[in-house]
Amino acid sequence: MSQNTSPLSIQEQLARQQETKTNWLLCTPALIVLFLAASGPLLVMLFYSFLTPGDYGGVEYQLSFDGWMNVFLFRDIFDDVLSIADAHVAIFWRSIRLSLMTTITCLILGFPTAYFIATRPRQSRNFWLFLITIPFWTNLLIRTFAIMEVIRNKGIVNNLLIDLDLIQQPIQMLYTDFAIMLGMTYVYLPLMILPLYASMEKLDFGLIEAGYDLYATRIRVLRKVIIPLIKPGIIAGSILVFIPSLGAFVTPRVLGGGKNLMLGNLIELQFGQGRNWPLGAALSITLLFIVMAALLLYVKNVQKSGVQHD
Amino acid sequence: MISRGIASKPFSVRKLPGFTFIAILCFALLYAPIVTLVGYSFNAGNSLAVWEGFSLQWYYAAWQNDKVQGAAILSVIIALQASLYATILATMAALGTTRTRNFRGQTAIYTMINQPLMVPEIVTAVALLICFAVIKQATDYHGLVYLVIAHTAFCIPFAYLPIRARLEGMDKSLEIAAADLYATPWRCFRRVTLPLLWPGILAGAMLAFVISLDDVVITEFVKSAGQDTLPTYMLGQLRRVITPEINAISTALLAISVLMVSLVFLLNRKKS
Repeated sequence: MSQNTSPLSIQEQLARQQETKTNWLLCTPALIVLFLAASGPLLVMLFYSFLTPGDYGGVEYQLSFDGWMNVFLFRDIFDDVLSIADAHVAIFWRSIRLSLMTTITCLILGFPTAYFIATRPRQSRNFWLFLITIPFWTNLLIRTFAIMEVIRNKGIVNNLLIDLDLIQQPIQMLYTDFAIMLGMTYVYLPLMILPLYASMEKLDFGLIEAGYDLYATRIRVLRKVIIPLIKPGIIAGSILVFIPSLGAFVTPRVLGGGKNLMLGNLIELQFGQGRNWPLGAALSITLLFIVMAALLLYVKNVQKSGVQHD
Repeated sequence: MISRGIASKPFSVRKLPGFTFIAILCFALLYAPIVTLVGYSFNAGNSLAVWEGFSLQWYYAAWQNDKVQGAAILSVIIALQASLYATILATMAALGTTRTRNFRGQTAIYTMINQPLMVPEIVTAVALLICFAVIKQATDYHGLVYLVIAHTAFCIPFAYLPIRARLEGMDKSLEIAAADLYATPWRCFRRVTLPLLWPGILAGAMLAFVISLDDVVITEFVKSAGQDTLPTYMLGQLRRVITPEINAISTALLAISVLMVSLVFLLNRKKS
């Protein structure tokens, strides 16, 4: 074991072993709670995805692969013909599409904002950052409600547009895909700005000046100097927005009404009216896999660009 | 450093055209809906978009509403317990994982602790629903313990991060000095480590409290009948006609969050 660190006395080795033991003991209580209410249940859910749905919710303890099959396929109850489950595919597609659009919108809004904060004098940066963190720590449901109240048919935006005679009838914004995207952008924007800022704070403006000295235009400096330098921040922010968007549940429920479902709502449905727990479990694990894939991609990218992740 | 007088300079390497405009727009967009929501909580009428004068009637209505009262009390009971347990567990875990040599299984511990941050909430929520449904059926116990355990678990990473950050910035020499002076490990912890670590612990506890107080998804799936917290009560009101009463409840919750986060901000600033 310790051949490469050979000059360790037995005493020191014992001390190290003792230290490791203490460390583990200190972590054990937290790990137990996390196992009981975070990791363990995921394993139970994996088990449940291979069972048969019960008639009134719950499961019957009988092996079945229908839960997994039903994620993308649909068996006709009359002639047993398998076909693609269009509804599920549509919801997966909507989730991914809306999450991507949210990520891009957050990037378009967040990039200049982070740059703005990073170029403030040092003393006032904390204040601007604080303004970004406050919404991040306030209740997601409340922020979603705030958006809902603003874009309702009788909400302040429509009232204003009617008063200005720009429109005669209120525009139906609530309960559309647009509303969901707007809500998610609003809710997750701080998650984009904070990592972008972290990268921009370390930006060496000497390099930008050098770019200008060499007669680069502003666009060229942005494209060839600034963006490559803060790429880790762009990737981190995009992942941090994309992942919760994909698993969003509250925002599509409040802003999408009952019909514009996203993955999170489809999962909930299986535990409510759908009464198909194994399918719900399989869908959840599918979502988890997509998220893990995105995270792995992120970790790989971070390692490649040699940036310390904390 | 480049000089500060950005506005007075004809050309600044730091400035990109349009960026300041978008940034200001962004801040306005972040705050406009919240400000509107707070503003209409003081509306005298029952509209969420037509101003009919200032009144505190919706705060009074919310205060008088038994369901709101019950939900508020339950929210606080759960948040206090969860943040207390999560902070204790997170402090221990932080002591076990910082300022130490890399040890076997350290990465596994990090992964476990950060799991609530990585796994989508809806996934954890339905997994908990499945597990607790089995236990509820087997034991016929429907108490608060399920909610407290679930909240404690997802509060741990939020409490852990500021505590760990604080610990990493602490010099170990004081503790070594205490040990050299024959302080027992416990005494050394009580008299040296704990007082130095206190701001981190406080910050962690407050963040955990806010996170627990605000949780919707996991609570919605774990709660038994009649165990509504304020957020799940609000979610339940969606199907009814929404009045500024919801805004009043929201404003109260917002005020608590903003207060707590401001305190955390101040605590952290003092350090640096």
